[in-house]
Amino acid sequence: MFSATRAPYSAILAAGQIKASQMKQEHSALYPEEESGILTFTKRSRPVETLIQAFLFFCASVSIFTTLGIIIVLGVESSAFFREVSLLEFLTGTTWQPTIGMFGILPLLNATLMTSLVAMLVALPLGLGVAIYLAEYASERIRETLKPILEVLAGVPTVVYGYFALTVVTPFLRSILGQDTIEVYNTLSAGLVMGVLILPLISSMCEDALSSVPRSLREAAYAMGATKLETSVKIIVPAAFSGIAAAFILGLSRAVGETMIVALAAGAGPNFTLNPLKAAETMTGHIVRISGGDISYDSMDYRSLFAIALVLFIVTLLLNAMSRRIVKKYREVYE
Amino acid sequence: MNLLTKRSETTRLEAAIHASESEYALEAKNLSISYGDFKAVKNLNMGFERKKVTALIGPSGCGKSTALRAFNRMNELIGGVHTEGEVLFHGVNIYDPDVDAVQVRRWIGMVFQKPNPFSKSIYENIAWGARINGYRGDFDELVENSLKQVALWDEVKDKLKDSAYALSGGQQQRLCIARAVALKPEILLMDEPTSALDPISTAKIESLLDELKKRYTIIIVTHNMQQAGRVSDKTGFLLLGDLVEYTETKTLFLNPIDERTENYISGRFG
Repeated sequence: MFSATRAPYSAILAAGQIKASQMKQEHSALYPEEESGILTFTKRSRPVETLIQAFLFFCASVSIFTTLGIIIVLGVESSAFFREVSLLEFLTGTTWQPTIGMFGILPLLNATLMTSLVAMLVALPLGLGVAIYLAEYASERIRETLKPILEVLAGVPTVVYGYFALTVVTPFLRSILGQDTIEVYNTLSAGLVMGVLILPLISSMCEDALSSVPRSLREAAYAMGATKLETSVKIIVPAAFSGIAAAFILGLSRAVGETMIVALAAGAGPNFTLNPLKAAETMTGHIVRISGGDISYDSMDYRSLFAIALVLFIVTLLLNAMSRRIVKKYREVYE
Repeated sequence: MNLLTKRSETTRLEAAIHASESEYALEAKNLSISYGDFKAVKNLNMGFERKKVTALIGPSGCGKSTALRAFNRMNELIGGVHTEGEVLFHGVNIYDPDVDAVQVRRWIGMVFQKPNPFSKSIYENIAWGARINGYRGDFDELVENSLKQVALWDEVKDKLKDSAYALSGGQQQRLCIARAVALKPEILLMDEPTSALDPISTAKIESLLDELKKRYTIIIVTHNMQQAGRVSDKTGFLLLGDLVEYTETKTLFLNPIDERTENYISGRFG
């Protein structure tokens, strides 16, 4: 089939080329000013345009190269660490005691997961509740007052939150639960306060997701005799599922990386425990404490920090990748 | 609005349906609707006969959609809409302070311009409305019956668990009609239900109306005069918020009394 059509097609093409070249000659004879370059449509160079494009590319590449740099440093330093400590021992060991050469990351990882879990247990229901209220119930005036307040919450320095956890929340918890049951440093208090820290992030992302559900879907539900609650909870929230899931995972990744609150309030020593009332040091908290002290370069202590950082990096990277996948997989395309 | 009272109360509306002797399923009395200073519908008086298709026609901005949305209290979901007068549903004024808007919408269903299925499966799209309204019967049967009423059953019976968004636009719109009839409403309001559809899908929906009117009272807003002529028993012509003429569809198209109606249907404006 192709060979049959090829010959006539190329013939037409050739004819067209001849015609075009003739046209050009006639054209230049008629309009000499074009030939001299006053009036042409040929490509012109625009130096400013090129310069700005190069600058913008530079801006974009800075973040890429920074990330690459971090990955390389983390890789190099932690590979030195893993030459002396086996990966298996690192990932399955339940004791982190650098002084006696025990490098099991589980106590630190466990503490990080506990504080993050507590934080998410606070932030997700509250954040989703705030978002539903703002998107579905609140009047324009209430929305305009509440949103800036939430943004202030997001702007409070995390060190203030940490101090707040240690000096307000923990004493409060101890007065309720008893001085003996709950330690001065504990993952519960740090997690609760971290939940408040993440709340604005979750609520604002969830509200965006809810607000982007088209009006027509709300009308459809109301027109079937649904109440406002039924419409919000059973139609709007499921329709915004991808956005809400993404908010949850980004919030979780923020919680895993959060440092100041846990460094101040969660505890200053690795402790492998599932009891949130006890002190336990998280990965970030440990990095702060060790790198802040007089640590000697090239020691195992020093290198172990990079191994922890690598784990942190991988966990947050995985979480972010997961959130992207969820958004892609569950996103509804509305016309 | 309390969830518990919504389901347990035997509503005035339901009682009214059974007791009603009025020839009209719905009747607007001195109905005026305004957005701020703008009067969209002026003093509308109009009765809609039971088990008939009534069309509302008129140029854009004549108030036909606004009036339709007043018939199941959808306007109040948008702020700034002021409604005066009465809309009688089998003799009960749906704007009466102790009538619950949620119940009104349960008995007076609505189909919108653009198909708007929920982001759920085909099956759930239909079962959902019945479930929230306390339906206790067989859901499979309900879904099948509702889909058969809109002639969609054969096309989707093997993919009831698929997302409703996998259907074509015309199928989605029929699903939306099925979703509305699953509640066994008294009245179906249709707001330009075919304006976003291709001619074949439009024809399918128009032929459905003949079947549907055996069970439901239908009020359809359309900007398409041919459609009004094809599907409706009675037609009302609105212009700038006034009901200019309201009579049998044939009469309105063949022997309009008002000059404005004649000008509109002969295509001189609009």
